[in-house]
Amino acid sequence: MTGRNDRSVLVAMSGGVDSSVTALLLKEEGYNVVGVTMKLWENDDETNCKFQRCCSPGDIRDARRVADKLGINFYVINMMKEFREEVVKNFVAEYSIGRTPNPCVHCNGRIKFNYLLKKADELGIHYLATGHYARIMKNNNKYNYCILKGVDRRKDQSYFLFNTPRTAIPRLLMPLGEFYKSDVREIARKNSLVVADKPDSQEICFIPHNNYSVFLKKEGVESRRGMIVDTSGRVLGYHEGFFNYTVGQREGLGISTGKRLYVVRLDALTNTVVVGSEEETYSSEFFVKELNWFIPVRESETIECSVKVRYRGNESPCSCVTLSDNRARVVLQTPVRAVTPGQAAVFYHGDLLLGGGWIE
Amino acid sequence: MRKVYLDYNATTPVLDEVREAMLPYLKGQYGNPSSVHWAGREAKKAIEDARDNVAGFLGVSPETIIFTGSGTESNNMAILGIALGSSNKRKHIITTPVEHSSVLNTMRYLEKIGFRITELKVDSTGMIDISELEEKITHDTLLVSIMHVNNETGNIYPVEEVGNLTRARGVIFHCDAVQSFGKIDVNPDKIKADLVSVSSHKIYGPKGAGALYIRKGVILHPVMFGGKQERGYKPGTENVPAIVGFGEACRIINEKREIFLNHYKKLMDRMWSRIISEIDGVKLNGHPEKRIPTTLNLSFDGVEGESVVLNLDLHGIAVSTGSACSSGSTEPSHVLLAMGLPEEVAEASVRFSIGLFTTPDDIEYTVDVLKRVIFNLREISPSYRKHLKTA
Repeated sequence: MTGRNDRSVLVAMSGGVDSSVTALLLKEEGYNVVGVTMKLWENDDETNCKFQRCCSPGDIRDARRVADKLGINFYVINMMKEFREEVVKNFVAEYSIGRTPNPCVHCNGRIKFNYLLKKADELGIHYLATGHYARIMKNNNKYNYCILKGVDRRKDQSYFLFNTPRTAIPRLLMPLGEFYKSDVREIARKNSLVVADKPDSQEICFIPHNNYSVFLKKEGVESRRGMIVDTSGRVLGYHEGFFNYTVGQREGLGISTGKRLYVVRLDALTNTVVVGSEEETYSSEFFVKELNWFIPVRESETIECSVKVRYRGNESPCSCVTLSDNRARVVLQTPVRAVTPGQAAVFYHGDLLLGGGWIE
Repeated sequence: MRKVYLDYNATTPVLDEVREAMLPYLKGQYGNPSSVHWAGREAKKAIEDARDNVAGFLGVSPETIIFTGSGTESNNMAILGIALGSSNKRKHIITTPVEHSSVLNTMRYLEKIGFRITELKVDSTGMIDISELEEKITHDTLLVSIMHVNNETGNIYPVEEVGNLTRARGVIFHCDAVQSFGKIDVNPDKIKADLVSVSSHKIYGPKGAGALYIRKGVILHPVMFGGKQERGYKPGTENVPAIVGFGEACRIINEKREIFLNHYKKLMDRMWSRIISEIDGVKLNGHPEKRIPTTLNLSFDGVEGESVVLNLDLHGIAVSTGSACSSGSTEPSHVLLAMGLPEEVAEASVRFSIGLFTTPDDIEYTVDVLKRVIFNLREISPSYRKHLKTA
């Protein structure tokens, strides 16, 4: 384009209702909107898929039909190579060492707010917009921009944004942060967008039928039979591959000892699933790594804040003590159930997203 | 915004005369060509007139032509038709890695059901070595399928040499002539091809019609089953308006071909000489001479083809990278990868293809915009800046 156009925005459109309404709102605000769907993955059994997933021809068609309706330019951009390199490889590696990864966070930080932002650069487009329920705000200190929770607390997606590169934030637009999900659907209906009543996506977009073990096997991670032991090391039974288990899980252990047992941790080195009582799934402190902060933070500082250890979890008050190497020790005021290695620990002060890291 | 269309290899606009010729068959003349009554006879006559025109353009007799729905359908019918009709002794097929996906994916299917597929090597300009073909033909070789002109690079393949060889060795030769038809001479007898695929919408006819030349005496196994239309090879009521349009396009283009070729050559020479003198780090993909003058496939150091295409589109200029897939996203071209180009060069490729309505102004405007786009993209490309430093 001829020079930078500061009223231009690239909208990441998945074919769902949220990103469709995002494009619509920005168009109505007078932005010069270009829609884009990233092709991230190709499922072999795409045509047999009962539920069409993101990147499926059905979703791309929906995004395209919305763009047609809005009268905006629309492109499908191939990011399959980047996605495999930055998201899928990590997902597989994490699983194979007994951690429970969160690929959506990686996708935001490493794909959308990195490669897609570069695409915007290449097209001479200043802003990048997504349909996240979170707010981007300008404030007055030298960390000029910040991310706040979406006003719809039940839909708030700031958790997935902790890994956003700080330099990217001034260029992001997330208009849905000001809206309730029900309003978003209403806007879509009023404007006769075909996706108004499309169900929200729930599963991980690159895993067909939510079948992890089939997917991991295809990626070369074989299930190996191993022991199920209690916390004192007593063998209680056997499992057929530890990545069928996740910390805190109760169902499906296939052993009966008379009392309720829960997965306490997965030990990849010994290929062991460790189980225990419900109390043993609680932690009062844990460590996080690869922290990304949106506020100025020094080493060995104690930050009094609250932390979320899973997307659908409550916030818990904590003290976060920063360590060297971008790590921190998190001390919880009251113990929290199933703090899961590989998941994100995200820190808040009220509505303000302070930062986050990966649970060790 | 000014609109410039430089993607004639993807498809061409329908000529006014072609549309006019089609209209009666979308309005009053609705008969089914298979019917015996007056309405059917009118439609039947229209189809046979069209067949005369297509056959006339190819220089063959009309009964060797069957109408299909597209070039892809012609390719499928030809290759599957020969393979499925073969005796069990002949299970070997030779092709090239730069064919259209409708040939390559048909070959992949045949491989799955027990055929042996040999892909000839192509050199860095995309050309084949005819002596390799000679070596690879064995006693059980059934079919050779080689395209006349490549859709991505514009390369012209030595199909007459292929035809001489296959005819002498008793091997069936199928030639995908979709991209050459209407641009250079396509004569199945001269080529000594047994099967030739052509398409309507690449020569200013409507989409939805194609044709397959089947040399007299060559028998195909049908791949679709139904009525007796098109000798039973393409059952189903004929797409009369599209076939009529196809025939009319053949008639018109056949008459004016020589004039067009000079026009194309002048425009492309101008475009290429401006690009090579005004933009650094440009590479021409394909053979430097054995190319049709309507196609220019270029890679620009340090930039992705996709970004060039999107930027040009935002300026109203329609060009393409590699081959577009149905979702509209782009993948590195299998043609350029087969030529041994590194992935980043294949991903940097942009195809300009001109045609009848391209004007000198279109060319000037396109090069002006292209220059700016390449400059801007290189400004923000860290890999290109690094490349300049080390160079």
